Amino acid sequence: MSAQRMLMKGSEAIAEAAIRAGCRCFFGYPITPQNEIPEYMSKRLPKIGGVFVQAESEVSAVNMIYGAGGAGVRVMTSSSSPGVSLMAEGFSYLVGAEVPVVIVNIVRGGPGLGGIGPSQGDYFMMTRGFGHGDQRAVVLAPSTLQEAVDLMGLAFDLADKYRSPTLLVGDGLIGQMMEPVTFPEARLDLPEKPWATTGKPKTRERNVINSLDLAPEDLEARVERLFAKYARIEADEPRCERFMLDDNPPLCLCAYGTMARIAKSAVQRLRAEGVSVGLLRPITLWPFPASAIAQQAESARQFICVELSRGQMVEDARRAVEGRRPVDFWGRAGGVVPSVEEIVAEVRRLIRDR
Amino acid sequence: MNRVAIDQDRCKACRLCIGACRLNLLALGQSLNAKGYHPVEITDRARCVACAQCAAMCPEGAIAVYRGVKRTSA
Amino acid sequence: MSEQIEERAVFERTRVLTAKHTHYCPGCTHGIAHRLVAEVIDELDIQEKTIGVCPVGCAVLAYEYFDLDMQEAAHGRAPAVATGIRRVLPPDRYVFTYQGDGDLASIGMAEIVHAANRGEKITVIFINNGIYGMTGGQMAPTTLPGVKTTTSPYGRAPEECGHPIRVSELLNTLVAPRFIARGALSNPREIARAKKLIRQAFELQHTGFTFVELLSTCPTGWGLPPEKAMRWLEHNMMPFFRTGVLRAPDAMPESATPYAPDLSNDGGAAKNGAAT
Repeated sequence: MSAQRMLMKGSEAIAEAAIRAGCRCFFGYPITPQNEIPEYMSKRLPKIGGVFVQAESEVSAVNMIYGAGGAGVRVMTSSSSPGVSLMAEGFSYLVGAEVPVVIVNIVRGGPGLGGIGPSQGDYFMMTRGFGHGDQRAVVLAPSTLQEAVDLMGLAFDLADKYRSPTLLVGDGLIGQMMEPVTFPEARLDLPEKPWATTGKPKTRERNVINSLDLAPEDLEARVERLFAKYARIEADEPRCERFMLDDNPPLCLCAYGTMARIAKSAVQRLRAEGVSVGLLRPITLWPFPASAIAQQAESARQFICVELSRGQMVEDARRAVEGRRPVDFWGRAGGVVPSVEEIVAEVRRLIRDR
Repeated sequence: MNRVAIDQDRCKACRLCIGACRLNLLALGQSLNAKGYHPVEITDRARCVACAQCAAMCPEGAIAVYRGVKRTSA
Repeated sequence: MSEQIEERAVFERTRVLTAKHTHYCPGCTHGIAHRLVAEVIDELDIQEKTIGVCPVGCAVLAYEYFDLDMQEAAHGRAPAVATGIRRVLPPDRYVFTYQGDGDLASIGMAEIVHAANRGEKITVIFINNGIYGMTGGQMAPTTLPGVKTTTSPYGRAPEECGHPIRVSELLNTLVAPRFIARGALSNPREIARAKKLIRQAFELQHTGFTFVELLSTCPTGWGLPPEKAMRWLEHNMMPFFRTGVLRAPDAMPESATPYAPDLSNDGGAAKNGAAT
């Protein structure tokens, strides 16, 4: 079954990919539009000796994965925007105590209770140091279900590699659509975690999972250690897809996740209509593929970011371009998904306006 | 003879052990420890019955109690 | 033949406590509670199998004092953290949380109720001293009526703040818990009793949720010398927070009776389209 292509729903593919990556523990709380992830886990995990616990809240869920991750196993939770907001405190503790876990955010429209339509309105929340304190975390943003499957495996590997919580963001479309996917072989060679709290044998000192440093110098040292780690992540882990950019077109669209799927069609349409355009699609939202964009700015004369929000990633794109080229924005909010025609029309308008 | 060993550095002079001793054998001493407290001392060691009530009350785990046992050896 | 005096230890500091000096105020009962928990772990010889979870509150540094693998939880979330640990480690491990009344009975009320309700196989040590110590003596959910704190300067007014919460009794309404008891750390006799309760809880931990509330003092927060604080506890807290075993496997309240609905009888619901 492993090498076979299967038609699967996004949420279930994400859940199955986590299991293939060696995750046997899920703690979570229901919220639309991601309920198929906990439902799938509640069905599958007990059959394979795993653990499924429906938490009393997202607050509890994030602290349960803290406990389990600190005990050394691969563990995850999933939620959607308002629920993820509730995990902000716990996430900061995960970062500070360096507990590797994976959190999936199937983003819905906000602010407030918002709606349940596809949205990218959590870009700031996810990439700007989710939770209190001086911190960052890897944010992965798949655009197809196959990529979601692949990135779930990567998310667990990066979490363990850097001893850091890792985020995967999708939206209702990624969660609900069906696409053929191929799963990797189940992971059996999981990394050792000698720091985990498993009970202290006589042969070692006690292990403590903790983020408290009352002495300012100690806390600064912890932050410095984290930022040394972030520097390695920023050097080694930025990922993006360059779509129709090899001929260095003068116009570069920039989009991620679901919006990038529509933007790709828009690029193809515009190319067919004679507009020289390509798409740069960040796969890691943090670390942001800034150098790839900066490089594109050597040839592209205009950038247009399209997002399912009122403009969040565009700030990172502008930072990467450093004022050398105009970076325009267009997007829809609230769960409204634009059509290819709408994007084509808006891109043509933004070209004209320049 | 029984012995009450009080860790002078740990003692915070809270007096809970003093109140726990039914024979009133404990009192704050004159010495000053690094924390700035006058640690508890035993005033009349000979009368101690090693009941260990003082140790049971001590929040610092600063008290150990030993019973002197006569042992005949060849 | 010669006669020698040999010393036998009646009481020694347990090896399950580290050598670290505590940061607690003089006479604070946290030190007694730490010691009792450590002694029980020592006596049961489970140091290598035990994982502790510390709270936010005065015991936030407890991981410095227990010579055990420990996790520091966010404020109130220790039962959730302990759930995560419990569920993924081998069943022979022992997991306990150590929480104060602000942590457990205020911000963490959801976590403790649901961990208890799930019957998590953990032991919860609940320190009830009726005040927020760490933050400077504010009103706690367990503060007695009329008691002045830094946020109830005119005395806790029940008509505005409600009455103190009896957590043990509240948890005793649930089906799942296996052991719920309340002890007091006010004198050597009560302390010996409290230790027995802690030991029972650990011994029963692998059968289900176990909970020991320990009535404690906060001499600094209460503004009383340690010895007087102990008497205050006995006079004022113990009449409201009654000590004793609220439930144990051989003494379960009616609220612990499980309910198993007869799902084979759909009551005509199937006809109406409702799922069973």
